[in-house]
Amino acid sequence: MLVINGIYKIFNVGTINEKVALSNLSLTLKEGDFVTLIGGNGAGKSTLLNCVAGVHPIDMGAIIIGGTDVTKLPEYKRAGVIGRVFQDPMMGTAANMGIEENLALAFRRGHFRSLKWGITHKERELYKVLLAHLGLGLESRLSDKVGLLSGGQRQALTLLMATLQKPKLLLLDEHTAALDPKTAEKVLQLSDQLVSENNLTTLMVTHNMRHAIEYGNRLIMMHEGRIILDISGEEKQKLTVEDLLKRFGKVSGEEFADDRALLA
Amino acid sequence: MLQIISGAVSLGLIWAIMTIGVYITYRLLEIADLTVEGSLAMGAAIAATSIYNGMNPYEATGLALLGGMAAGLITGLFHTKLKIPALLSGILTMIALYSVNLRIMGKANISLLRMDTVYTDLEKFGINHTNAVMLFALICVMGLVGILYWFFGTEIGCAIRATGANSQMSRAQGINTNNMIMLGLIISNGLVALCGALIAQSQSFADVQMGVGSIVIGLASVIIGEVIFNSKNFFQKLISLALGAITYRLIIAIVLKLGMPANDLKMFTALTVAVALSLPMLRAYLRPIKKSIKEEV
Repeated sequence: MLVINGIYKIFNVGTINEKVALSNLSLTLKEGDFVTLIGGNGAGKSTLLNCVAGVHPIDMGAIIIGGTDVTKLPEYKRAGVIGRVFQDPMMGTAANMGIEENLALAFRRGHFRSLKWGITHKERELYKVLLAHLGLGLESRLSDKVGLLSGGQRQALTLLMATLQKPKLLLLDEHTAALDPKTAEKVLQLSDQLVSENNLTTLMVTHNMRHAIEYGNRLIMMHEGRIILDISGEEKQKLTVEDLLKRFGKVSGEEFADDRALLA
Repeated sequence: MLQIISGAVSLGLIWAIMTIGVYITYRLLEIADLTVEGSLAMGAAIAATSIYNGMNPYEATGLALLGGMAAGLITGLFHTKLKIPALLSGILTMIALYSVNLRIMGKANISLLRMDTVYTDLEKFGINHTNAVMLFALICVMGLVGILYWFFGTEIGCAIRATGANSQMSRAQGINTNNMIMLGLIISNGLVALCGALIAQSQSFADVQMGVGSIVIGLASVIIGEVIFNSKNFFQKLISLALGAITYRLIIAIVLKLGMPANDLKMFTALTVAVALSLPMLRAYLRPIKKSIKEEV
């Protein structure tokens, strides 16, 4: 479903701050793969997601989603096949627009926008059902501004928006990092539920090793712009946090450097 | 006194069109677009020159609208394609338009005395000039409020609002934010030029300096509309903008009547806007002081 072929991303080329964020990185995701992506500070996890989403153009290589080469497509065109949830709960929704307006924007992702009315009655009924499914009581607040919602509610809404039009690829960029542990757990379970219900191909960045092990069918660890560990199947099921740290040390020759990851 | 009020209301209704234009860029797109200073004068210049040369005033007014839209497109291209900051893009177009407007008119001002304008048809019914302007502007504003309420409820209109609210999210939802910014600037400047055309015809002359300070008048009207009239939905918001523009004109009429020299008007407006814009900051600054006073008591 996703093929990343030898991509490079170098920031600030030719300056003293030159940084190779992604270095000859290749990765293939099969349809229905739920991959968790973990790595230390500055490993290039978010850069990878942003390159796939088209936020940053890449310097070399190719990105293919569902058989279509999207390497040269701008972010808004790739959005037709990609659903995204960001780390910052403020980022995925428009605070001064209503819940239903936000959903209606997402409902038209990948479709031509015309001079037809922005929300139809039929959609509203659909949104009510889907919001009720979240179990957050949002179904009775359709016209409330999203700015009134809590961080967890906004992330749940963003998740719903990302999957409203079934994406070929779902990108979750540390989407529970800004939430309190209890809410984070809930949003993760909801993500897992939406992914399995829709059989979505998913790439989830997390700094929480336990989450990386617990969720998904494949775990990838990045270090200095490369993939250094790729564990799936039975091997992943047996994995523990200590194993992961040991294997990281062996492969990279360094200690795992992410304060947040160790605390979690 | 009644004459002053009706004059202020009719002028306010014309400026309501510009206020709605400024609202689209300043509030919906979150861009302070200075192009309007040029496109207001451009609308006046196009309408006056065309009418002076024998064109039907309605067609001339329509042409002015198109001219303003073109000006908005230029600013949009500067900003989205050439990546020039929005404020600077607007300033560049504004400065360029000064020359363009002189070219259009061929001189610094044009008089439309005894020429047919869009108000002439109403005056034929025996309505005096001020009332004819008021009536025509009222019809325009009501029509625009209806059209814009519909437009910003459509899929494209929603996409424009989303772009201003959260451009990152909009792109993630497949919205071409650059095109939406351009579209917003085009609509906004079209409305501002329409306002300029109606002003020129109501005062029977167009001047290349007409636009100077108009952005501040537009902002003042937007803010007055928002502060005084608490609107719950977009329709009420549009109405409140028109009422804001009228209120601004009434305030100006009153302070002039109270003896403020007309030359101080621009400073008065600028200070009004400065105070209104700093209100949230002042409130936040004063809150802890109030609290500590209460605690001491």
